[in-house]
Amino acid sequence: MTAHPSDDRLARRFADLKAAGRGGLVVYVMAHDPDAATAQAILDGLPAAGADIIELGLPFSDPMADGPAIQLAGQRALAAGGSLKGALDALARFRETDSETPVILMGYYNPIYRMGPETFAARAAEAGADGLICVDLPPEEAAELADPLRAHGLHLIMLAAPTTDEARLPAVLRRASGFLYYVSITGITGTRSADAETVACAVERLKAAADLPVAVGFGIKTPEQAATMAGLADAAVVGSAVVSELAGSLDAEGRAGPHTVSRVHALVGRLAAGVRGDPPSGQS
Amino acid sequence: MSQSPPRPNSYRAGPDEQGHFGLFGGRFVAETLMPCILEVEKAWAEAGADPAFKAELDHYLAHYVGRPSPLYFAARSTAELGGAKIYLKREDLNHTGAHKINNCMGQILLARRMGKQRIIAETGAGQHGVATATVCALFGLKCVIYMGATDIARQAPNVFRMKLLGAEVKPVTSGAGTLKDAMNDALRDWVANVDDTYYLIGTAAGPHPYPAMVRDLQCVIGEETRGQIMEAEGRLPDSLVACIGGGSNAIGFFHPFLDEPGIDIVGIEAAGHGIESGKHAASMAGGAPGVLHGNRTYLLQDSEGQITEAHSISAGLDYPGVGPEHAWLKEQGRVRYVPVTDTQALEAFQTLTRWEGIIPALESAHALAHAFQAAPDLPGDHVMVVNLSGRGDKDVATVAEHLGNAEVSS
Repeated sequence: MTAHPSDDRLARRFADLKAAGRGGLVVYVMAHDPDAATAQAILDGLPAAGADIIELGLPFSDPMADGPAIQLAGQRALAAGGSLKGALDALARFRETDSETPVILMGYYNPIYRMGPETFAARAAEAGADGLICVDLPPEEAAELADPLRAHGLHLIMLAAPTTDEARLPAVLRRASGFLYYVSITGITGTRSADAETVACAVERLKAAADLPVAVGFGIKTPEQAATMAGLADAAVVGSAVVSELAGSLDAEGRAGPHTVSRVHALVGRLAAGVRGDPPSGQS
Repeated sequence: MSQSPPRPNSYRAGPDEQGHFGLFGGRFVAETLMPCILEVEKAWAEAGADPAFKAELDHYLAHYVGRPSPLYFAARSTAELGGAKIYLKREDLNHTGAHKINNCMGQILLARRMGKQRIIAETGAGQHGVATATVCALFGLKCVIYMGATDIARQAPNVFRMKLLGAEVKPVTSGAGTLKDAMNDALRDWVANVDDTYYLIGTAAGPHPYPAMVRDLQCVIGEETRGQIMEAEGRLPDSLVACIGGGSNAIGFFHPFLDEPGIDIVGIEAAGHGIESGKHAASMAGGAPGVLHGNRTYLLQDSEGQITEAHSISAGLDYPGVGPEHAWLKEQGRVRYVPVTDTQALEAFQTLTRWEGIIPALESAHALAHAFQAAPDLPGDHVMVVNLSGRGDKDVATVAEHLGNAEVSS
């Protein structure tokens, strides 16, 4: 069964953003970081803090495309007992109070493959996921997961990079659904930032080739950068900066402090204000 | 898996165009890297079709590496064991002391052809790092070696060698600070420096085309062995034995013989403290299929699909995966994969040293342990060839530590 368009939270959210005349804020958090309860509180409060779309990171032992911030987040999550199943449970609990905010799972293929693509797709759909970004599954290898995802009404969100040339782009777009995630730098998450002009050109090229919203990610750290990138595309993704804010609130043993949840939500609030063009609130 | 797969016409035809060996292999990398990998694949195909490339490689293999390596009849081992005739393929006599240089020489010539100025590589024990730093020194290319912080601490001589050769050694502290983490960081470097950088992978694993390319470059081992054993015995061998970490020495040794139906081909995995202990590096005996570092293969992992740490006394076998072609050959039943423990390898290390005056690498000692165990039960006309993939000078400190100095000096 394929999801009916009106059931498609992601399509609805992008339509709403378009109607509001602004780009969206996509916030990445790692499931189970730094522990199950704190991560749940962070996740549950993201929509109120201003996240338009949530990317829920699936912890993996060997996150090859991630920089130090998200690597450490994954290590904290795994040390606290995080797993793919745990992430899906957290999402299901999130859905008890929020049925509108799209949630995209983001992770690496091995835990999904180990669970089985069919089982994963069924469980992810049941938990209330809207799609998946599988970092190490390029279009050449995507068929075995794309078919079960589609059957369960989930989007497979494909990555396009600065290195994705004209010859390759059609192969990426053939698999793409939901939105296109533009990796704005050649590099890992949370490192250098792209300049606006380059990203504008790239987004224009992608929009010309694909009838899909485009979200820009990698290296977006500040409300100003988020505002710029969200203005150039349909949404801006902030991950490492959020995860680093969380890390900065932990005690010496890596445990959540009294302000962990509020600090993360406050940063998301500032990012959201940037994306929405609200004046800076001064204090947060 | 109750049904065995149909027997292929050839065991040497893989991979397919997408880099698959049956279920295994492939290209599981982030989109940013896909164009780089396609570029390597194209360049490798073009180099393969260019006689000048082969001539240049042959020149360096002969005059720099010191090929062909001898095939040595281990007369004393054979007499002591009283069974099969044991031959040793002497990859330990190559420049830098192991088979690793065969691969590095080919890939550095490819990198030069591609106009890349900066070479990166991962290393565990430091053997591949040293071989890479060596060829970079030879051609004056910038060299960055990723090595786990844990491995740097226990392999100080190789770290110094790499630095002498002009390489920058970058300590990797992510994860457990071992080989798999070094490979993660090398991939992260490559993503960030795709324009000028070539990733010189050290084993027959990783995304396509690396498993096939490294195999092709290591096939010189098996091809030489074929000619040498025909000269020595007038016929092909009855069995082949080689150790498997990622499996590049083994695949290069085995591949030219895979379609010879009578040959018993045996790959030796590192069983560490024993498969049942959970502390081992035998991804085929004790792992399950999964996806890591660009390919689908057997991996050490938990029930949630998280990769677990490998353990072996031999740092060169201390990797939680294996090359995808081995995974396929296992499923096809063409190659037997047998685990050998740290203790067995240590014993074979000492035995070969005493019997033949050859100190083998601890990696190769795993293969020798199996050969020594099997040989006495085989007839006197059984011809067995063991790939002595490297020399053991690098391992004497490790062995001394395990045996205690008293026993070594006795």
